[in-house]
Amino acid sequence: MHPAPSIILFTTLSGIGFGMLAFLGLDAAPPKGWSALAFLFIAFSLAVCGLLASTFHLGHPERALKAFTQWRSSWLSREAWVSLLALSVMAPYGAGLVFLDQAWRVPGIAGGILSLATVYATSMIYLQMRTVPRWNHWSPPALFLGFALAGGALMTGRVSVALWVLPVLAIVQVVAWIDQERREKATDTDLATATGLGHFGSVRAFESPHTGESYLTREMVFQVGRKHAMTLKVISVLLFAVLPVVLLLLPFTHFLVVPAAASHLLGALIQRWLFFAEARHVVAQYYGRWDMTGMRRG
Amino acid sequence: MTSLPSHTERSLGLVIDLDTCVGCHACVTACKGWNTENYGAPLADSDAYGPNPVGSFLNRIHSYEIQPETGPAQVVHFPKSCLHCADAPCVTVCPTGASYKRAEDGIVLVNESDCIGCGLCAWACPYGAREMDPEEQVMKKCTLCVDRIYNENLPEEDRQPACVRTCPVGARHFGDLSDPESDVSRLVAERGGIELMPEQGTAPVNRYLPPRPKDEVPELDVLAPFLEPVADDSKGFVGWLDRALSRLP
Repeated sequence: MHPAPSIILFTTLSGIGFGMLAFLGLDAAPPKGWSALAFLFIAFSLAVCGLLASTFHLGHPERALKAFTQWRSSWLSREAWVSLLALSVMAPYGAGLVFLDQAWRVPGIAGGILSLATVYATSMIYLQMRTVPRWNHWSPPALFLGFALAGGALMTGRVSVALWVLPVLAIVQVVAWIDQERREKATDTDLATATGLGHFGSVRAFESPHTGESYLTREMVFQVGRKHAMTLKVISVLLFAVLPVVLLLLPFTHFLVVPAAASHLLGALIQRWLFFAEARHVVAQYYGRWDMTGMRRG
Repeated sequence: MTSLPSHTERSLGLVIDLDTCVGCHACVTACKGWNTENYGAPLADSDAYGPNPVGSFLNRIHSYEIQPETGPAQVVHFPKSCLHCADAPCVTVCPTGASYKRAEDGIVLVNESDCIGCGLCAWACPYGAREMDPEEQVMKKCTLCVDRIYNENLPEEDRQPACVRTCPVGARHFGDLSDPESDVSRLVAERGGIELMPEQGTAPVNRYLPPRPKDEVPELDVLAPFLEPVADDSKGFVGWLDRALSRLP
């Protein structure tokens, strides 16, 4: 799948923002006053900027409000609703923390849960795609929620939580990469089922319908063919988990949380790029380009 | 509404004969023409005369080569457009309600003034039947020429999809596939119509008629192998040439 920068930025940044909001909401003893303002400002900026970035890839952003209408059937519509609800519950709760020195438990817990539900709804947009075997798998919710919690813990300075979440996330990610590969190999869609001609003999794409590229080939038959998939995976895990853990284990100062969070964010962006670039869409079968798309082992 | 109807009164769709199709692309041209001049945003081409032309099409013709276990390979031309699936995944993912399936005839359509161009429906379709228009930035797809088939301003013989009307070899058929007595349903039953990617669970309405078995190469004369060789020892010039060439090292 085409790794659109706007979607990579959106899912990564808003994930971290909603992860921060989840911790600030669910915490029984949250920060108050000025420090609450600082955390809430960063969390809201990340979540809102992420949501705005997601409209950059729309053909008609001016009609974006219509996306609130189909929550009964569409995960994208549900995501729009849950994110709006989460932000509108967390805003008065945050105002209580900053201005009134009050931590209202019920709105806090509700806002925290809604924040995580937003990330879950985002991940379900990918999981529901039967056409993309790598996504039609348990891993998108596990990874999106894992990265939200890890980023949220780091960015709200919860060192002890981050020291638990980051190693677990690294293990889940490695297992997910291996199992996604298995899921993709197990797919029963091939050129034989795509054309229905398999019982006549072996089917080969002989001529493409068009000599150049098309929307379909650019969007879904994206040919990355990079040799560096494995190298990028190693770099990603080093940046999003290993380096932050090492930095957090050093004698604690607030300054070390900053490079730890920066390293985590960079690793998360590489991870999210791979999430798209490695994913193959079954329509590539019609073009005889299934084996050419996605990432090559190297 | 992007929930699917539980039942459609009719299931209009296409039956495409892969045995007859010659791959001339006339249906592609007719489709692009009709759907550019009539309902909805025109099917744009961008950079049409430049180095990277890209355009939106609702119908595209692939060609495949089938290599049987024995005998020569066979080329099959394979027109592909929206299959108007009963369980259309492109409809349910739509966040705005722009994509819908009609309860009365099963046609899957896009309301272009509600489309935000998010592209999720194109991701959800396993067949590549939906393309974002490069100029208008809304999702385009086959409408089964909904503005022809019910159009009483057209002569009756023209009230069928442009691709079907134009096909010079009669490889495309249009009708109600939910009616077992319709011409298209009978064709599908007689010829063993194929459903594309059944494992994707989309329950497509359109069907493809597989190529008919090719005639075997006939044995021209069954007695020929038993005949004596025509010339065992050649005479004259040819005989001399044969002996002369055989003597060469």
